[in-house]
Amino acid sequence: MSDNAYKDRIPVSQQALVIENNEPEKIGGTINIEINGTPYKVPFGMTILESCKMHNIHIPTLCFHEDLCIAGVCRICLVEVEGMRTLQASCAYPITQSIKIHTSSEKVRKARRHILDLMISDHYGECYSCNRNNNCELQKLAKEYGVDFYRYGHVQEPFYEVDKSSYSVVRDMNKCILCRRCVRTCIDLQEVGALDAVNRGYDTKITTFLDKPLAEVICINCGQCINRCPTGALRANDPSDEIWEAIDNPQKHVVIQTAPSPRAAIGEEFGLPAGTSLTNELNTALKMIGFDKVFDTNFTADLTIMEEGTELLLRLKSALVDKDPNVKLPQFTSCSPGWVKYIEHFYPEYLDHLSTAKSPQQMFGAVIKTFYAQEENIDPANIVSVALMPCSAKKFECNRPEMDSSGFKDVDYGLTTRELAQMIKEAGIYLPELSKSKFDEPFGEASGAGLIFGATGGVMEAALRTAYELVTGRPVPFENLEVLPCRGMEGVRQASVHLENVKPEWSFLEGVDLNFMIAHGTANAEKVMEALRRGELNDIHFIEVMACPGGCIGGGGQPIPTSLEIRKKRAEAIYKEDEGLPIRKSHENPHVQYIYEKFLTDGPCGHLSHKLLHTGYVKRGSYIA
Amino acid sequence: MPILNKAIVFKQENCGDGLQKALNMKPIDILFAVRESGLKGRGGAGFPAGSKWMLASAAQSDKKYVICNADEGEPGTFKDRLLLTEFTEQVFNGMTICGYAIGAHHGFVYLRGEYSYMIDEMQATLQQLHNSGRLGKNILGSGFDFDIEIRLGSGAYVCGEESALIESLEGNRGEPRNRPPYPANTGYMGFPTVVNNVETLATVPILINKGVDWFTSIGTEKSRGTKLISVSGDVDRPGVYEIPYGTTIMEIIEMAGARDVKAVQVGGASGICIPEAELHRNISFEDVPTGGSIIVFNNSRDMLKILENFMEFFTEESCGQCTPCRIGNKKLLDGVFMIERGECSVQYLRELISLGETMQVASKCGLGQSSPNSFITIMKHFGDEILSKY
Ligand SMILES: Cc1cc2nc3c(=O)[nH]c(=O)nc-3n(C[C@H](O)[C@H](O)[C@H](O)COP(=O)(O)O)c2cc1C
Ligand code: SF4
Repeated sequence: MSDNAYKDRIPVSQQALVIENNEPEKIGGTINIEINGTPYKVPFGMTILESCKMHNIHIPTLCFHEDLCIAGVCRICLVEVEGMRTLQASCAYPITQSIKIHTSSEKVRKARRHILDLMISDHYGECYSCNRNNNCELQKLAKEYGVDFYRYGHVQEPFYEVDKSSYSVVRDMNKCILCRRCVRTCIDLQEVGALDAVNRGYDTKITTFLDKPLAEVICINCGQCINRCPTGALRANDPSDEIWEAIDNPQKHVVIQTAPSPRAAIGEEFGLPAGTSLTNELNTALKMIGFDKVFDTNFTADLTIMEEGTELLLRLKSALVDKDPNVKLPQFTSCSPGWVKYIEHFYPEYLDHLSTAKSPQQMFGAVIKTFYAQEENIDPANIVSVALMPCSAKKFECNRPEMDSSGFKDVDYGLTTRELAQMIKEAGIYLPELSKSKFDEPFGEASGAGLIFGATGGVMEAALRTAYELVTGRPVPFENLEVLPCRGMEGVRQASVHLENVKPEWSFLEGVDLNFMIAHGTANAEKVMEALRRGELNDIHFIEVMACPGGCIGGGGQPIPTSLEIRKKRAEAIYKEDEGLPIRKSHENPHVQYIYEKFLTDGPCGHLSHKLLHTGYVKRGSYIA
Repeated sequence: MPILNKAIVFKQENCGDGLQKALNMKPIDILFAVRESGLKGRGGAGFPAGSKWMLASAAQSDKKYVICNADEGEPGTFKDRLLLTEFTEQVFNGMTICGYAIGAHHGFVYLRGEYSYMIDEMQATLQQLHNSGRLGKNILGSGFDFDIEIRLGSGAYVCGEESALIESLEGNRGEPRNRPPYPANTGYMGFPTVVNNVETLATVPILINKGVDWFTSIGTEKSRGTKLISVSGDVDRPGVYEIPYGTTIMEIIEMAGARDVKAVQVGGASGICIPEAELHRNISFEDVPTGGSIIVFNNSRDMLKILENFMEFFTEESCGQCTPCRIGNKKLLDGVFMIERGECSVQYLRELISLGETMQVASKCGLGQSSPNSFITIMKHFGDEILSKY
């Protein structure tokens, strides 16, 4: 952030005061302060917490999260500001005067310890039976402050029933410390609003509308709240016991598909820095654990591009050639199950804009229990199909009742990055040191286009690589196939590609600008949907939406913690892996060509594809009875 | 419900036409007059009204607001009720003058939910003011426009805290905000907003009418003017008394007919407990400040039961957002129960007092900062008695 950025933190009226006092240079300038007796210069308006971070002075935090707005409620980050009677929450205190700060005076240490002791007294649970053991911010603070007894007692019995109603998110409010990060995530970051604080005083709690089970409210299962929960109060619904059981059952043929984002992040669970891809090491580990086959979800990501891209071209043809007034454009991507549930709840009247193509996970599920079962001569009833995903919403997706086009439950279990890391550790394997191995046939290695699905803008980039070439016969006109306008972390992006010298069969697209948009995080999706509602997106053809900030690499099943920095590193890892692959366009994936030759013989969007690879949606609405 | 003793400021004959006088002045002169009068907030915190108004006046914004804090939620406080019924017009005029001084054109009265029975009469007064050109467009021909809207609270004590009040007015959960920025900079809907207590605002037109010199001649050096005090508890004549700042607690409770006094709670549940031996202390910002309540306890009272009552109040009324207040008050309440059961060690009691001290400096708003006051002062003065009894 540039120094000037802090200007926005200062209320305009207060800036006016500064200007009136003839000190306009302060805004956007620096200010001299003293921290623990040492003078420092900091940008005007920067908070005490940020200023201290900038100068490597540690202040503990709990309710603070860099992705979220400031709450100032846990009070653990208190510091002493000379001249003020009370201690100040450093996260919420913008520096506009030359103040003297003490970050660890006796008064501060005593207050912090008391606050911590209060939180612990009100927190039910034992660390060794918690899924956040060793990755819990409360536990970390307890250690930092040397907590070795319960000053104010300790909750002996759980007070709240654990809500396991959702396929995706489990809420155990006995472990909640009311930092409200989940509330700010759900309301501000994601603009969903499934969680909020109710009641007053000691009875305050975080809950859903009318205290309903999470499965019955407007939760979109994105799991972003899980990623930002400092304790074990929120976690994903973990299927690893069932998966172990399947692995241990010799009757079962257990296959797993792995998505690119977990592969780029699982190293973090083993202490590696963010942005280390362990794709091929993971293949080895999965076999060691006992999976019979390991497939690359990118195969069906390539298939998705073929299906979704064809669908788009068909919609364009209906609109431009047949002048069909009923054809819905822009077309939205449908591979993010959080986004799908979001639009089902909040914009059900626009469901026809959603591509009918299933997500790569679900396409693979259908293909495994049909094509693969046939090819390998295995009874699909004995196949247990697991999907390693960065995502908690994928758990919900595979349990949607319509996801049974193979005649069976297409995907049996969605497994998150965190949960698989746990299984690998349980098996006594240290992932980073394993040798590399390849994906299994008959799906083999996929293209780089499927790979970059993991980062926001990746689906669009992959689709353009294929669509442009299908239509013009030439590769997409970007150096090294890097469609740069698709990349980056801005919330909503828009760009276009000009189509000319098209192939004769696509002549209706001659001279057309293909306009596309990309949004990630449902708060940004809301902006797009509102623009659509206002009629401002009439010339847009294709919109990629991912429910999670950063796309799948920032998914609700990914390693904790998360931050913009971490998400960028994971995205870089994915783009780097793409760069090194021999095949980088979905339509050039030979396995994709093979399946269309051998199995889906009537081609993309043909009859069998429609049955296996496409789906329908539910008008849910946001009204909950 | 009149003032029970001889009123000083709040007499109808003092009111004159403060509004007309104020509108004849320049806004800046009003700001200076209010500052020079030394008028401090009557709602509890005692922030100088003139300084607050000047901050709001200096803030540049096309919209500003005046809010009259009529939430009067502090247990044992009922002096704003008197002003709202007997001096309704002065309260509204005070808001209009404030609006004129700072450049606001809209005011809200945030009325305690339990006072909803007053609303018809208040509306009627507003209508009269409109009809006589003292509210609305071009007030008294001055070219200044001002309107007042009454909004009802719904029973949350914390909504008397000014930033929680603003959140509540905006339609949100009534929870105090981080500060800075203060409401005078960033208040209702983000616009500069003056929040003042009913009594503060009602004082203004009288102060303008009678003049700064008259006002500063009453009270003490740092506490100018008078204070309305709601007296309740073990007294013969409970009710509202008006006293010049500097009056001793003893004088006040004698007026109300107190006998056999054991202790006096000044400032309601969030105030402090003054034992009999300290009744010579006086009500002023220099000595014992208060939002306006005195509760008298005679020798038949059990101080621990009183404390239990206060702590129950805070455990329920904390907004629940910050840790020290939400859990701290519960721990103090549990402590009271432990004492009652004879299970609280002297060591743990010390621990709780120390916790109270942390709450005073670590809580996010005035509620949590003041809620341990009664625990600490009652334990200080009556700890031995309590421990020997239980
Ligand atoms: C918990 C809490 C409750 C409060 N309740 C009231 C109230 O009922 N009425 C009031 O005037 N001020 C109340 N205050 C004080 C207000 O926050 C604020 O300081 C006051 O309205 C400012 O007006 P004044 O400067 O005229 O006193 C309360 C403060 C706290 C912390
Ligand atoms: S001190 Fe109490 S009332 Fe004030 S913000 Fe904290 S929890 Fe809410």
